[in-house]
Amino acid sequence: MADILILAEHANGKLKKYSLELAGKAAELAKVSGCDLFAVAFGSPAESLVAELGFYGVRKVFLPSHEALSSYSGEAYAKALCDLVSKKKPSVVLATASTMGKDLMARAAMRLDTGLASDCTAVSIDGGKLKLCRPIYAGKLLAQVEIDGLPQMATLRPNVFPVPSPESSAAEVESFATEPGIVAARVTGTSDAESGMVDLAEADRIVSGGRALGSADGFSMIGELARALGASVGASRAAVDAGFISHDHQVGQTGKTVNPTLYVACGISGAIQHMAGMRTSKVIVAINKDPEAPIFSKADYGIVGDIFKVVPAMTNAAKKLLSE
Amino acid sequence: MKIGVLLKQVPDSETRIKLGADGAGIDEAEVKWVINPYDEYAVEEALRLKEKKGGEVVVVTAGPARAVEAMRQALAMGADRGIRVETGAVSPDACFTAKLLAKACEGEKFDVIFAGKQAIDDDCAQVHIGVAECLCVPHVTPIEKFSISDDGTKAVVTRPVAGGKKETVESMLPAVFGCEKGLNEPRYASLPGIMKARSKPVVEMKAEELVVGFAPRVKPVLLTLPPERSAGKIVQGEPEKAAEELIRLLREEAKVI
Repeated sequence: MADILILAEHANGKLKKYSLELAGKAAELAKVSGCDLFAVAFGSPAESLVAELGFYGVRKVFLPSHEALSSYSGEAYAKALCDLVSKKKPSVVLATASTMGKDLMARAAMRLDTGLASDCTAVSIDGGKLKLCRPIYAGKLLAQVEIDGLPQMATLRPNVFPVPSPESSAAEVESFATEPGIVAARVTGTSDAESGMVDLAEADRIVSGGRALGSADGFSMIGELARALGASVGASRAAVDAGFISHDHQVGQTGKTVNPTLYVACGISGAIQHMAGMRTSKVIVAINKDPEAPIFSKADYGIVGDIFKVVPAMTNAAKKLLSE
Repeated sequence: MKIGVLLKQVPDSETRIKLGADGAGIDEAEVKWVINPYDEYAVEEALRLKEKKGGEVVVVTAGPARAVEAMRQALAMGADRGIRVETGAVSPDACFTAKLLAKACEGEKFDVIFAGKQAIDDDCAQVHIGVAECLCVPHVTPIEKFSISDDGTKAVVTRPVAGGKKETVESMLPAVFGCEKGLNEPRYASLPGIMKARSKPVVEMKAEELVVGFAPRVKPVLLTLPPERSAGKIVQGEPEKAAEELIRLLREEAKVI
């Protein structure tokens, strides 16, 4: 079997945690298949940074270089990836189902006339063939799929695979010359993020609020508990539709799918569509004044009570405990 | 302006999805079929663009006969006509569906194509990107804001990216745009709109004639139910005491903080 190629991402001078998860899983597949693991990284990262991928099993990292690749373009990045694939002919190409990964891999797969299994939560390899599992119907069903085409392409869901312990040695880094072709859509500006906002899909802890919070001010209580727990803030669709918080925070079928270690749902009843977005959380906590709220049947821990009393009390308790 | 909308009919998000008898598909018996929610934003944005620039809105769908119902809804909102690719003889994956839709769109020479950013049944989020690649046009997805230049040659859109940031992207036209929730508020079809929709033309094409000799690249092997979660423990007591106990349990028992 030919080699495995992964798309590694970085931000703010660090490799993305989900790229380490990806490297770890890909290294495992490469080991089982007796082949090598390579990586490609865009955005002109420092060589010393991407060389760290070596500690996670990557043998060599390719850095596509061209002025036009300095900011994201689906077409240009996909072409560069395709050029690298044509040159190195990997049998498997993997990326994270991140904003960039999903976009670029879909375009590249089409260009290469091959199959792409997106947002997979399990992957193994047998006789050179990938066996992938991906959630469908917002996680209400799981689909086991295989790919008939080369290279086999897939994106892996962030926060599902473990980050392996670093070992081995630093990877080689090689520049890769590529012509981007015509770039017909270009980024002309980027706004600042909400301060301290972590992508919910990558967050390890989330505290979410429902419409019971009553107002945008009510959400500040959620923010305080989130801060005390080192968590990000999420919301139900009802809270977003009521204008209490922006859609970026929405968790659920028409919002984000999250997979944190801890999910605290405050004043959220647990409608199917919300559950669809967070059902794979390791530990679910529900606070709701309605003892019949469906969320209690899926939560590991619950308190039946007034969120306006319980949530601040949890914040105080968390601050005390975590300062010890 | 020629405006295209890629539309898919999917099970309503309230539906309790059940496995089909053969483990290969779902049990369609009690499914309520609707327009893919994200595609509603696409239809609405197309209608707004038509209102601004004139022209026509064409809805393009790959699916079985029942999908016409979803197309009629878009026509009732104000779209002008539809093209349906009958997929009964093939079982297209995302790649195949993209090829079919691109072929159906080819002759129309759309200036702009809107689509939902993903379908809530297969959650692939790939098809509209694949269509852009097949048509050799740029794509930007998902978009929360859309505006078109006065001369109609380019569009400026806003796209959410990692960490809550927003990117502004300028794209030449023609292009494909994947629509995100928040782009607009889809209108309700009016009664006159619903009446008119009945006589708007929906042309049928056959998948096996549009794209010959192609086989899906991603093959489903098995569908299963995810592991069920069961209820855990309710922490009793007054709010302050219960809260303290819960935090303690999260630390000492669940070990998550």
